Amino acid sequence: MSKRIYMDHAATTYVNKEVLNEMLPFFTEHFGNPSSVHQFGRDVKKNIDLARDRVAKAIGALPEEIYFTAGGSEADNLAVKGVAYANKSKGNHIITSKIEHPAVIETCEQLEKEGFEVTYLGVDQYGLINPEDVRKAIKENTILISIMYANNEIGTIQPITEIANIAKENKIYFHTDAVQAIGSVRINVKEQNIDMLSLAGHKFYGPKGVGALYIRKGVKLVSILHGGSQERKRRAGTENVPGIIGIGKAIELAYQKFDEHNNRITMLRDKLIKGVMEKVPYTRLNGHPERRLPNNANFCFEFIEGESLLLNLDMKGIAGSSGSACSSGSLEPSHVLLAIGLPHEIAHGSLRLSLGEVNTEEDVDYVLQVLPEIVDRLRQMSPLYENVKGGKQ
Amino acid sequence: MYSDKVMDHFSSPRNVGEIENADGVGEVGNAHCGDIMKIYLKIDNDVITDVKFKTYGCGAAIATSSIATEMIKGKTVEEAMKLTNKAVVESLDGLPPQKIHCSVLAEEAVKAAIEDYQKKKAQ
Repeated sequence: MSKRIYMDHAATTYVNKEVLNEMLPFFTEHFGNPSSVHQFGRDVKKNIDLARDRVAKAIGALPEEIYFTAGGSEADNLAVKGVAYANKSKGNHIITSKIEHPAVIETCEQLEKEGFEVTYLGVDQYGLINPEDVRKAIKENTILISIMYANNEIGTIQPITEIANIAKENKIYFHTDAVQAIGSVRINVKEQNIDMLSLAGHKFYGPKGVGALYIRKGVKLVSILHGGSQERKRRAGTENVPGIIGIGKAIELAYQKFDEHNNRITMLRDKLIKGVMEKVPYTRLNGHPERRLPNNANFCFEFIEGESLLLNLDMKGIAGSSGSACSSGSLEPSHVLLAIGLPHEIAHGSLRLSLGEVNTEEDVDYVLQVLPEIVDRLRQMSPLYENVKGGKQ
Repeated sequence: MYSDKVMDHFSSPRNVGEIENADGVGEVGNAHCGDIMKIYLKIDNDVITDVKFKTYGCGAAIATSSIATEMIKGKTVEEAMKLTNKAVVESLDGLPPQKIHCSVLAEEAVKAAIEDYQKKKAQ
């Protein structure tokens, strides 16, 4: 097998060479602790401030509103728990959605055990949240609304500005998990009235293990990690310096290359979606046809199961992912696919292909050549396909 | 995560297909859970002379169906009834813990097909 095609960029990306080159000196010669008074420390501190400026600039925030974390999940935890604990005296109700990343859903479930009340809003068949549903869910004791910017599985982009405005009108904090949106969507937290926003380096060609939470000045939030005064006392622990340098460079590059990259990726995505829908019968596109991330294609192929599809694709050198129960390691298929109304047996047959900088038109052609054969082979093996094949449908 | 043996049976499954006028057919599992196995048997004088399967499911589901058909081909009905999920797992050089239920399904599918044969015979 010579061909290797990576179409799982929503899971993670490689680190861009330019990003890596900026990071490398911070493992060796610039190793100082940024909290130290001496020059070794001060030198590093200066560069962390530069990274903070870059992250802030990319999303229209002030540098002092950026807090580095160990990734997107920690940023989500800090936003949700931090606001919940700090505002308990005002109320104990949180509004979120059924299609959030587990970092938000499971944090909310934990808060429910601790006495908080959570409303999980449903979505339509495309995975869109209706802002009016958010408005209706607001109660006197609502303290936080957390809605993801764009969905990691089906790529649907939410009406974030509208939802943020509803939160603001009602004086409720608004958080968005923008882990998948950074580099794919232009964001301005000030214009959009976003109070908190989570992001993670490894989704936009930066390193793993580093993320950030934007916290608007004035938001009442307590720290969830104690033990030092780093990050203005909101996130204890010696900074992951190379990671922070990396995320700063990566986000700067992502927005420098924004149009060129996203125009090209959108073209490839559309070709992929069109080709798959034309070549493979009994297939549905998951997510919104237009309001979706430029890199995301997500399908359900009837009569087959996702893990066996992934294994077959992998044998042909194609890396994708699936929301089937077997590939998630749980008994249930993806909560997102169930939330858009798919029955279990359809949700088990899902495939997500997420494109990135390395993908070419030839890659898409190759997938379009290989995928229909694999789906057909699995269907020939599937007892669910017998009726269809026999012309009974 | 899968053994070479599992990958071998998954990538080139043995005995895939259907048998027309099969002497016994067994179907277990359901689409809701993501696994269905259907086994067809041709039986002469209580000896399984041919066996085919159709499976909807993950890699382990396909591999366990495939090896189970190999394990019972040529055996008597009585011998085939003794097939256990443990024996299926062993012949595949192991399965990840969360996939053990696939081997249980394979055992159940074989038994359901034999029971169908015995029921037909009794009629």
